[in-house]
Amino acid sequence: MRGAKVPEGGDASIVLCGPAGQGVQTAEQLMVAVFRRAGLNVFATKEYMSRVRGGSNSTTIRISPERVRALVDRMDIFVPLDRDALEHCRTRISKDTIVLGEKEVFSAEEGDPPTEEGTFPGRFQDIPLSRLAKEAGGAIYANTVVVGTVAALCKIDEAVVRSSVENAFQKRDREIVDKNLTAARLGYELGAGLPHGLPSAAGGAGASDTTTEVILNGGEAIALGAIAGGCRFISSYPMTPSTPVLTFLAKHGTDFDIVAEQAEDEIAAINMALGAWYAGARSMVSTSGGGFALMVEGLSLAAMTETPVVIHLAQRPGPATGLPTRTEQGELLFALRAGHGEFPRVIFTPGTLEDGFYLTQKAFNLADRYQIPVFVLTDQYFIDSYYNLPPFDLAGVDNPDPVIQTTADYRRYAFTEDGVTPRGIPGYGDGLVVVDSDEHDEEGHITEDENVRARMVQKRLKKLEALVREAVPPEWIGPPDAETLVICWGSTVHLAAEAITKTTRGKQAVLYFKQVYPLHAGAAGLIRKAKRLSIVENNATGQFARILQSRLQIDVPVKILKYDGLPFTVEELARELDTAVG
Amino acid sequence: MEEADVAWCPGCGNFTIWEVLKETLAELGRRPQEVVIVSGIGQAAKMPHYLRCHTFNGLHGRALPAATGVKVANPGMLVIAEGGDGDMYGEGGNHLLHTIRRNPDITNLVHDNMVYGLTKGQASPTSARGFHTPIQVDGVLLEPFNPLAVAIALDASFVARACTVDATGLKTILKQAIRHPGYALVDILHPCVSFNKVITFRWFRENTYPLEDDHDPADRVEAFRRAIETERLPLGVFYVNAAKPVFEGSLPVYAGRDEPLASRRVDMKRLEAFLRGGLKTA
Repeated sequence: MRGAKVPEGGDASIVLCGPAGQGVQTAEQLMVAVFRRAGLNVFATKEYMSRVRGGSNSTTIRISPERVRALVDRMDIFVPLDRDALEHCRTRISKDTIVLGEKEVFSAEEGDPPTEEGTFPGRFQDIPLSRLAKEAGGAIYANTVVVGTVAALCKIDEAVVRSSVENAFQKRDREIVDKNLTAARLGYELGAGLPHGLPSAAGGAGASDTTTEVILNGGEAIALGAIAGGCRFISSYPMTPSTPVLTFLAKHGTDFDIVAEQAEDEIAAINMALGAWYAGARSMVSTSGGGFALMVEGLSLAAMTETPVVIHLAQRPGPATGLPTRTEQGELLFALRAGHGEFPRVIFTPGTLEDGFYLTQKAFNLADRYQIPVFVLTDQYFIDSYYNLPPFDLAGVDNPDPVIQTTADYRRYAFTEDGVTPRGIPGYGDGLVVVDSDEHDEEGHITEDENVRARMVQKRLKKLEALVREAVPPEWIGPPDAETLVICWGSTVHLAAEAITKTTRGKQAVLYFKQVYPLHAGAAGLIRKAKRLSIVENNATGQFARILQSRLQIDVPVKILKYDGLPFTVEELARELDTAVG
Repeated sequence: MEEADVAWCPGCGNFTIWEVLKETLAELGRRPQEVVIVSGIGQAAKMPHYLRCHTFNGLHGRALPAATGVKVANPGMLVIAEGGDGDMYGEGGNHLLHTIRRNPDITNLVHDNMVYGLTKGQASPTSARGFHTPIQVDGVLLEPFNPLAVAIALDASFVARACTVDATGLKTILKQAIRHPGYALVDILHPCVSFNKVITFRWFRENTYPLEDDHDPADRVEAFRRAIETERLPLGVFYVNAAKPVFEGSLPVYAGRDEPLASRRVDMKRLEAFLRGGLKTA
């Protein structure tokens, strides 16, 4: 293996890039299937433009014998499908990057073959993609040729490639399966003969068995959590990056007694959800910043009527339309402050797929138990990233039903010790369930009595005490005696957790907040254990740092912020930690 | 419910609608426990507070989506969405269009007095051109919204107009609307004694008349023709499309299974199997 370099930790990073609609996704899916079948751990994430055709979209696939769950900058193998793709990822090409492509495609315009010294630092490997695809049966088989080549470079057993292709195309005609098998073989033979290679992740030899695991993305984890949480109704208006949750529940919902309705707008979406939950069907909405802006009035209605609702808010960069397909953690304070009037709420910020699942499930129970809005705050990076993991364990998953059968004297807002009135629903019992967006008396009828008003305000806010007791604590990741603590929330957790293993500045730990409001009572104590603090946020103003300041009176001196629409990478974050901390 | 302190002005058409609605529900034999009234904001939207029924008094303009949610969660409930012309035709205009398209089994009662009452006398979507108000000081410049024509254009499954000057006719229409499976719009004309000095009880007496007995509500083109009459306003059931599929009835979750969503629980065994076997890459 002349010149081949063993990537750090035995893992490899493969990047596919090309115009929208040109099969990047098809190649990605097959490639991931091959790696999975080889028993490797796989992580993949995409960045894409807000367009249906053209442009440059890329997918980064990481493979490793160890678990990998975060984006790296490094490219060990780079497959640009056109010249624009090459430019799009140029800054990520290092001298060790193997660039696979057809010479003609890249040298056509400027006449300088990209292999020439100085054009870029990577090692360009001309592969006769068109010829091999044609040999296999036509231009559309190019993707499968590429998969074969990459598999060979990664030392995957050819039999694994074959069975993956068989499996991937099993529902197609035999002829198509055969042509893809030929394409994969031609690609593999080509790859095996290339001077480069990655004796890496490689081969899957000795890798732990991941074939019994599932592979999910963030959107799926949230949607599955909703199913587990007893969601019966989702109404939403499509908006990137929140749509996959709606799509998943539309596809699989009927099997789990779920109605997925595309509303005419986000205002209708949240009002439908509230109507449904008022009548006893656990409901959610899935949206992004601009859509949530339209839902804010409904959020306040949920609060006043004490109707539960789960809001999945998948963040993307704003203001306004912002960068529709990019990522940001810019809506934290918006979610916290949204809604006219004063009322309690809960905000979960899952950063791992496991937390995405379990916290969404929990969100339904918490909303139902306390009759409040509960947020599940994610972002594009979380939604569009996927990796393998053991199937979620449902052993401890339970959905207590707090709904009571009403009696004739039922009063929807009867005052109670903890502010929570047992909730009845229409059609279950002899009582009448009256809710009102106006201030109301215990029966639910409109009132302007100032004493009742004051007591109702206290009743609603009283719930916060129990919500603090129920808060999910932040998770300490890394050495317990670390003196330097990196605070993060949501999707940056895997990045931060890997970055602290790459820094050169002594022992560091990550404190990962999966619930940002209300904060767990132990949060301040954990933060104060560390001598040096930094915080990582995918926004421009350090929104969580501001929450820590206002709620816990803790100033985090070092803020590592990113707001160009892209997620951090492990290397980038490690560099920042090296220079910023210590 | 104790004796309610009714917020309507003496002589308001809302009182007639109130009486007629109570009688209608009683005569249809519907118990209060079977009825959910979803309303928005405005004087008309206060209706459920003066009745014995389940009540979701939500936001201005948003009664229809909330009512749709109720109906999806529990199709067994009789769901009425009620509000005024500003509520349903102004603030909630988009929901009106799409609820007609969706066609849930909801009776939509719109108290239409062609003026805003609760905010004190501004123009409503149905105010006539030239109507003077504290805001429309030179008179209304906009073409009035024609709810019936819009509903018929959208092939709403039931479209009617009633008026409080004819309480008997109102009751007949309400009964039909409530019995109708699918979305039913009843535009109920009534005078505003405080803010509309032009369109009065007498005006309605003189400018409305019942649709003829031989009017065929299945004839959409004829229904539309009658809906755009503006000199004198016909009252009655303009249009019925009995063949239009009802939204909640078309949902796969209710195919051959009546149990409301509200009482269904997660099948954890099925989810377990799905998690272990049925999942592939996104």
